[in-house]
Amino acid sequence: MTLTAIIFAGILTYFTRMTMIALISRDMLGNKIKAVLEYVPSAVFPAIIFPGIFINDFGTIIDMNDPKIFGALVAVIVGYFSKNIIATISAGLVSYWFLIFVVFN
Amino acid sequence: MLSKKQLFTRGMLDISPHMLSVIPFGIICGAIGVELGFHPYLVYAMSFIIFGGASQIVFLQLLSGGASSLVAVASVGIINSRHLLYGAVLSEYLEKLSFIKKLLISYVVVDQGFAESNKFFKKNRSEEFLHYHLIGTGCTMWVCWQIATLSGIVLGSFVPEELGLKFAIPLTFIAIVVQDLKKLDHVIVMITCGLSSLLFFDAPFKSYIIISPIIALFVAALLLRLKK
Repeated sequence: MTLTAIIFAGILTYFTRMTMIALISRDMLGNKIKAVLEYVPSAVFPAIIFPGIFINDFGTIIDMNDPKIFGALVAVIVGYFSKNIIATISAGLVSYWFLIFVVFN
Repeated sequence: MLSKKQLFTRGMLDISPHMLSVIPFGIICGAIGVELGFHPYLVYAMSFIIFGGASQIVFLQLLSGGASSLVAVASVGIINSRHLLYGAVLSEYLEKLSFIKKLLISYVVVDQGFAESNKFFKKNRSEEFLHYHLIGTGCTMWVCWQIATLSGIVLGSFVPEELGLKFAIPLTFIAIVVQDLKKLDHVIVMITCGLSSLLFFDAPFKSYIIISPIIALFVAALLLRLKK
């Protein structure tokens, strides 16, 4: 029963990946749409970033003094200047750990 | 002109830093599935059949919370509908491929792979075998995701929960978009998307994940009109 549901979810997910690549030809999209599509990374990823920072495990908005906000700010600054993915992730995590294990402990 | 192998390797190298967040997250996903009481084979089958990060956890959480299969399947579809946008962007670079190749390559399109390959494509439009970069990012992600979720299933949550490693996921995406903070139009689009995602977080079927990009793209279209 669960396996059937997994297979349906898998087929649906595959279709989300395949539809625009295999079934739509680029000529069907006008120049205006192509220009808007330039913004896809900036328009999609904050929907993963913001809830990941500002919403806790119970689905409610966190306090403004939550260590995640500080960690995210450090990651933004380090990422902006270093242009390095590993440095960005590590800086965010380490500053977050510093707050939860050292400062707030 | 780079060879197929060089492009594939470049793709692998470009996505590998993201494994710092993907691997712990995969381990957590695998462990949660087993903790929720699902058969290990089923939990692993999802990594192979769905191959879709957070949507796998949501699926199992919904089922274990008593939701119907229909609701769980619909939620996975809606969470993963963002791939439609990635496909629309990538289609320009994959146009020349045969239909079969397009069908095969689609299976490995993932968030971080799309982001890194799209950056590479923009700078190297003239390369003949561009799609090998996407295969490189996608296959690296696939292999790491399978190994990570399997380890979580077999070994349990050996990553200490206190470390809060789920936080590495927003960080990995910060690393992807952070350079676009230099451009005001992109900043406006990002803030629109981010605030909308918080505003619509409680919308049914986790639909905030596609509602907020659509709102942000509308704002992008308005900005383009103003720029002219």
